[in-house]
Amino acid sequence: MSIAVIAFYVFALTVIASALMVVASKNPVHSVLFLISTFIAAAGLFVLMGAEYLAMVLVVVYVGAVAVLFLFVVMMLDVDFVELKQGFLQYLPFGGAVAVLVVVELIMVVSVWAFPSDAELALAHPSPTAAQTLADPNGPTNIEAIGLILYTDYVHYFQIAGIILLVAMIGAIVLTFRTREGIKKQDVAAQVGRKREDGVKLVDLPTGQGLS
Amino acid sequence: MLEIGLGHYLSVAAIVFAIGMAGIFLNRKNVIVILMSIELMLLAVNINLVAFSQFLGDLTGQIFAFMVLTVAAAEAAIGLAILVAFFRNRGDIAVDDASLMKN
Repeated sequence: MSIAVIAFYVFALTVIASALMVVASKNPVHSVLFLISTFIAAAGLFVLMGAEYLAMVLVVVYVGAVAVLFLFVVMMLDVDFVELKQGFLQYLPFGGAVAVLVVVELIMVVSVWAFPSDAELALAHPSPTAAQTLADPNGPTNIEAIGLILYTDYVHYFQIAGIILLVAMIGAIVLTFRTREGIKKQDVAAQVGRKREDGVKLVDLPTGQGLS
Repeated sequence: MLEIGLGHYLSVAAIVFAIGMAGIFLNRKNVIVILMSIELMLLAVNINLVAFSQFLGDLTGQIFAFMVLTVAAAEAAIGLAILVAFFRNRGDIAVDDASLMKN
């Protein structure tokens, strides 16, 4: 077995085992950590397929941002997670049956489906294969090829993706924003607007009598 | 067995998708795990898109996976923000009785 085959099976088994543990583990913190493990192994699968750019985006965006967000929320919410786990075994027969059914169906579809090998494939954007990249190190790599089409042919999709992220950011801020009552905090406008007369009083003291 | 083809990747994606779907069934009370299950399903879709993109030799699938990634990140942010707002209103995150319009 070549290294690529061994690596595929290692990554694939890691993805599947970690995904199972995400669903099955009792503690949601463990679920998040297994989710991170799933994403890293999936990034390994992407590298094996030759999609290096998406693999790195997966690590940066999912592991660096989304999983940390999940971890933050899990730790911030003070919830009795043992109680939330109830009903797991009750739903297990039905959920497990549906999952097995879906897997069997999908794999049956995959096993009988084949490429139209003789037909000419209409490729919109041919991608450099790993063999081509190895043969010509100065040729376009995966990242270069993506950049060449992402900012030209798909520039509108790219900008819509940016708008989606902007809307999501504003939505998250609006949803979680609140003004809390009874909190002492700095009021810059009040500080700057303070006049000398508000804070200082000049008193004309008669000599030898002091301030009564 | 010795040659890793498109079918191997599609099978992995199918299994991960089914695990994510089962997770939604099994953890019906815990919204956090439901959100994580949705992330798993989107990851399975991404594996499918990248596998087809690579084995057909067409980069369009990777652009599409990029968009799915963007939407998944936005969805996670909004979902968790709704979850935090829900927790502040009700004091727990049990979704069984989340059908009420007011608390």
